[in-house]
Amino acid sequence: MVNTLVELKSIRKTFGNVVAVDSVNLSIARGEFVVLLGPSGSGKTTILSMLGGFVTPSSGEVLIEGADVTQVPPALRPTVTVFQDYALFPHMSVASNVSFGLSMRKVPKDVRGRRTEQALRLVGLEGLGDRAIDQLSGGQRQRVALARAIAVEPSVLLLDEPLGALDLSLRRQMQEELVRIQKQLGTTFVHVTHDQDEAMSIADTIVVLNHGKIEDNGPPDRIYLKPASLFTATFMGESNILEGTIAATHNGHMQVSTKLGDIEVEGERPAGDTVRLSIRPEQIKLGTTEDNDSIALGDVEITEAVFQGAHRRCRGLAGTNRDTELLLRIPVENSIQPGDTVEINVQPNDIVLLQD
Amino acid sequence: MSWLRQVPSACYMTLAFVFIYLPVVVLVLFSFQDGLLPVPPFQGPSLQWYERMFDNRRLMEALLNSIVVATLSSAVATLLGFLAAHTLARKHIRFAGGARYLLMAPITVSYLIIGMGLLVTFNLLGVSRSLFVVGIGHVIINLPLCFAIIFSQMGDHQKNIERTAHDLGATDLQTLVLITAPIMRPTLFAAFCIAATLSWDEFIIAFLLSRFDVTLPVTIFEMLRAGLTPEVNAAGTVVFAISITMVSIAILLSTRRKNNNG
Repeated sequence: MVNTLVELKSIRKTFGNVVAVDSVNLSIARGEFVVLLGPSGSGKTTILSMLGGFVTPSSGEVLIEGADVTQVPPALRPTVTVFQDYALFPHMSVASNVSFGLSMRKVPKDVRGRRTEQALRLVGLEGLGDRAIDQLSGGQRQRVALARAIAVEPSVLLLDEPLGALDLSLRRQMQEELVRIQKQLGTTFVHVTHDQDEAMSIADTIVVLNHGKIEDNGPPDRIYLKPASLFTATFMGESNILEGTIAATHNGHMQVSTKLGDIEVEGERPAGDTVRLSIRPEQIKLGTTEDNDSIALGDVEITEAVFQGAHRRCRGLAGTNRDTELLLRIPVENSIQPGDTVEINVQPNDIVLLQD
Repeated sequence: MSWLRQVPSACYMTLAFVFIYLPVVVLVLFSFQDGLLPVPPFQGPSLQWYERMFDNRRLMEALLNSIVVATLSSAVATLLGFLAAHTLARKHIRFAGGARYLLMAPITVSYLIIGMGLLVTFNLLGVSRSLFVVGIGHVIINLPLCFAIIFSQMGDHQKNIERTAHDLGATDLQTLVLITAPIMRPTLFAAFCIAATLSWDEFIIAFLLSRFDVTLPVTIFEMLRAGLTPEVNAAGTVVFAISITMVSIAILLSTRRKNNNG
């Protein structure tokens, strides 16, 4: 049994006629680093706000540590939110910012000082306690916001696109630091972002959201390699989607006829059903079927080839009528040119049947 | 020859400023008159009327009264304006639009009407005219202005700062005192300065609602009725100098705030 810390039960939130979050059920285990991932308007920030207590759900329940906190104000929840704009207190020093929560909790002065120092050390700002906020860089401000939240030792730390304002290299560095800090503290982190690379590099669990609903929920590798839905497959990086009709089923295997030929996948659906298959561009291999396992997809006429350092990103037209556009990532050693026609194949494991 | 084309507009601007500032310049100039009447020709300069003024007990008492009324009424108007602006900007309350309109509406009512209304009301309540009542009148005329100034600066960028304070365990009052007010200090001080300037200059309400203790404008008016002397000019100059100082502080604060934000 997983140690559940946070539970959302059929949470729904409407703003006027707009449904921001639609019947979401979600459990978060203690010590987990969860990323709520989705495009803008997917409801991810609204869910975070309902966890933090800044937004009250229209219906449903929020449970933290087993207690119903649906109507409990932010101050009385074991959560702290780090906002995208950091929301530092500009008239206070770094140390006063970090110790603010402790002063409000009437923690004795000596303990306060010690915990403030600890929090600053953890985020790598040791010795900067006396600085004014406007003397800090963007990355340092981010760290102060983090230290201020950590200092009160919340059960759940909520991060609302905290790295959105940082430049790329700093964002990468802060991603690593967030993971380090989270593992060191063992605190549950719930992090909101629209950046799928960020989500994959920091999350234990990714929750993919779209139009206020959960599209997928699982570890990053599973979400990327075996996306549950069409939305997840296309939102988490690039993917080729093949439509097909089920020709026959037997013993948990289905024969799907597509424009690129018949493909066998695992699953049980009635014959005649339309299904979608997802294949990642890097999983399409060149050449005829090398062994008995791989599935031939015919040949493809390359229309575009762009050198991208780690690979060549190619577009091509496949199928007997050349009416299926495919995206491929081909190793750089292969000096493929537009106009070339190549045979392609794919491993059965790399074909994902999407549950719509 | 492009500068030639600017001559008419430059002339126009000079005339406009002369029109606006000539009375003030004349007032200030003849406060330094070395003679009995503040009329041309100008003789002097001399500081004798300033000496007379500072020796005039009635004037000095009025000056002190004005300072007390301006300071206290502006502090109250700023505080009430701040609380109203914060509530209307941050809390979701019913009829917020109507409340905002009602708070601002007194700006359109003439001081004479407000003064008369207060006179009748306090008569009805059996409260006699005094500096305290004048102060209440000044809170009434300055509250809409303080509210408008502070409300306009209640930026959304402070919303998350206040949310964070609440999140970290601060009560509404603690957030207001420890976070919101210090961050808005320049705005609050600007509102205070403008309110103080208006209270300092205000005549009609002060005239209608005071009896024995009066403010400086009322005293100057009484001196004027007794006859024109350069002493009145000197008193007027002091009033003007203090007003202009407070307005300058207010402007300086609001522009510096903008630069910091930009």
